[in-house]
Amino acid sequence: MKAYWWKFLAAGLVFYSIIGGFLFPVPELPILHETIRNTYFHIPMWFAMILLYVISVVYSIKYLSSGETKHDLLAVESVNVGIIFCGFGLITGMLWADVTWGEPWPNDPKLNGSAIATLMYLAYLVLRNALDEEQKRAKISAIYNIFAFPVMIVLLFILPRLTDSLHPGNGGNPAFSNLDMDGTMRAVFYPAVLGWMLIGVWITTLRYRYRLIDWEQ
Amino acid sequence: MKKLILLVLLGLTSFFHSFAQSSNDVEMADVLRSSGKIYVVVAVVCVIFVGFIIYLFTIDRKISRLENKKK
Repeated sequence: MKAYWWKFLAAGLVFYSIIGGFLFPVPELPILHETIRNTYFHIPMWFAMILLYVISVVYSIKYLSSGETKHDLLAVESVNVGIIFCGFGLITGMLWADVTWGEPWPNDPKLNGSAIATLMYLAYLVLRNALDEEQKRAKISAIYNIFAFPVMIVLLFILPRLTDSLHPGNGGNPAFSNLDMDGTMRAVFYPAVLGWMLIGVWITTLRYRYRLIDWEQ
Repeated sequence: MKKLILLVLLGLTSFFHSFAQSSNDVEMADVLRSSGKIYVVVAVVCVIFVGFIIYLFTIDRKISRLENKKK
C-alpha cells in the first residue's frame, strides 16, 4: 500500500484554493479587477513546472553517477509532466495578458524567455526520440538536461529582473509585495501553489511507475 | 470676488474628483456575487476538479495492482 495521505492533501489544498479563490475578497485594483484571482491558478502552474524540472535535473545527475535506468526514466517523465504544466501556464497567461496588457503576447522578456525555455525542453524530448541506443540516449539527454536547467533559470528569473518586465517581481520591484497581495490572498495563494506542486509530482509518479513496469517487461 | 469663488469651486471639484478615483471605485463583479450566481461557477469547477482527482486515484490503484502482480 503506497502512502496516500499527501495525495489527499494535494487534492484538499487545491479544492480549498478553488473555493477560496472564487469567493474570498481580493484587493480592488484598477486594470486587474476580478482577474487578480488568476493569481491562484496561473502562477501555481509555473511553480509546479519548476519543481518538476528540478526533480528532473536531480535525477539526471543521479543517473550520471549511478547509471541506473530508473533514474533516467524519472528524469524524462518529470519533464513530460513539466511541459504539460508549462503549456497550461502559457495558455492561461496569454488569456490573462489579453485583458490586462492588451494583447496575448506583449513583447515582454519573461514571456519570450519562457518561450525559449519551453522550446529547450521540447528539444530535450526530441533529442531522446532521435537516439535509438538506450544507454547513449540516457547519458546524452542527462547531460543536455543538466545544461538546459540553469539556462531556463536565467531566462525565467534573472534576465526579466535585469530589464523592465510587465510581470510583478521584475524590473526591480519585489514579487508578491504587499502592494499586489494582502493576507487573504496569501492564505489562498500558498496552499494553491503547494497543492498544484503535489499534484504535479503525483502525476509524475504515476507516469514513472507505469513506465517502469513497461520497461521491466 | 467672483473669480475667487469660481477658483474655490474649481478647487473643490477637483478635490472631490480625486476622491472619486480612489480604489473604491474599481469595478468588481459585485452583482455576480450578490445574486449568488457565483456559487454555480464554483460548484461547476469543484465538480470537474473532484472528478479529475477521482480519475487520478483510479489510475493510481490500477498501477498499484500491476506492480503487485509483477512481484
